[in-house]
Amino acid sequence: MTPPVSAAPEAPAKPGAPASAAGGLPRRTFLEKAAIGWAAFSAATLAMLLAMGRFMFPNDLFEPPTKFKIGKPEEYAVGVVDERWKAERKIWVIREKEGIYVLSTTCTHLGCTPNWLQTDNKFKCPCHGSGFYITGVNFEGPAPRPLERFKVGFAADGQIEVDKSRKFQKELGQWSDPDAYLKYLG
Amino acid sequence: MSLFKSITDSQIWRSVFRHKYPDNPRDQSLAVLSNVFLHLHPIKVRKSGVRISFTWCMGGITFFLFLLETITGVLLMFYYRPTVEFAFNDIRDLRDTVPIGIMRELHRWGAHAMVISVWFHMLRVFLTGSYKPPREFNWNVGVILLVLTLLLSFTGYLLPWDQLAIWAITVGTNMARATPMVGHEGPGASLLYLGDVPMVTAGSDVRYALLGGTVVGAAALLRFYVLHCVAIPLGAGVLMAVHFWRVRKDGGISGPL
Repeated sequence: MTPPVSAAPEAPAKPGAPASAAGGLPRRTFLEKAAIGWAAFSAATLAMLLAMGRFMFPNDLFEPPTKFKIGKPEEYAVGVVDERWKAERKIWVIREKEGIYVLSTTCTHLGCTPNWLQTDNKFKCPCHGSGFYITGVNFEGPAPRPLERFKVGFAADGQIEVDKSRKFQKELGQWSDPDAYLKYLG
Repeated sequence: MSLFKSITDSQIWRSVFRHKYPDNPRDQSLAVLSNVFLHLHPIKVRKSGVRISFTWCMGGITFFLFLLETITGVLLMFYYRPTVEFAFNDIRDLRDTVPIGIMRELHRWGAHAMVISVWFHMLRVFLTGSYKPPREFNWNVGVILLVLTLLLSFTGYLLPWDQLAIWAITVGTNMARATPMVGHEGPGASLLYLGDVPMVTAGSDVRYALLGGTVVGAAALLRFYVLHCVAIPLGAGVLMAVHFWRVRKDGGISGPL
């Protein structure tokens, strides 16, 4: 009734069998190839994500230059907070008897622009009321530290050159750095 | 044959609608399941799912407001130019010159309403205990959506380029520079060096990447515009799909805990 069973049954449908002329890939070979494929895909994806991250940091800025000249020391009066560069360069220029220093117009609280009040002899920030002396030292309001000073030096033609990429913070002891103050006795 | 039947038996009709008029359970199921827009919805909804006293409808209102913001936002994009030369005046023109004249206001009020509704939605989910297992993951997805909603508000705030906008973003990004590790004035920034080259400086911290520079200027305006109109909405859309799908998978809205 049942047909005789052959001695060694064929197993063409069994998966993972060694490759025959007509048959497919062994499982191990397939997995090895797939692993290489996935590894390559993951590496490419990681590279793409890193490139996208780097893309977000621009190389060129269309912002005003940080180094600029502001005229000769004789053009600034002694004991006066000069505001001629406040709008364009965001600095105050103060000339004392011994020399000249340059203050940043950015309030150290949250970044608004204080006003110089001549009658009260202080800088006062309109946003939250921070107050600073003519030296830039904070004395009232929420500002946690004095206004920052920028590097001042002489350019080759005798003009004062300000470099805003170098800042000096008093609370870090940096105001004693020679670049933070331009000695000029007039 | 009636006109109606000759239409609904036509090839055009049958190519669009792959089911009969849904007046039996099978066709009702098919009508939802075979529709790309509807199939995220369940075929049936519990009665408790439409009880306002249970759900406050806040999730639904938030989603509706998101759609409102998307539509009004796209309409605004036809007239608004994200440059320092045009931004402020384009916003004024949207009110004074452009037809209808309230698109900007709708968008702004909608944004405020959406922020309020996400907080109420969060409160409702908390009060009904709908964050407990198996729903804890969806709660986390919701928190990320909350952060994205707030970021949408933050980035959109700069676009009118008025005093309020510029100073708000100045303050916000100044806070970003104080972030630990990734902000150049935050704790830990001085620890990240490659050899003797500092990695996190004013020209390479998270604030620099946010602003596209060191000041709130033209680069910042463009960046915030792209973030506000494209990047964050795409992310929020993907996460909303996950968020709604999870509600489905956990048994539907307003199900028993």
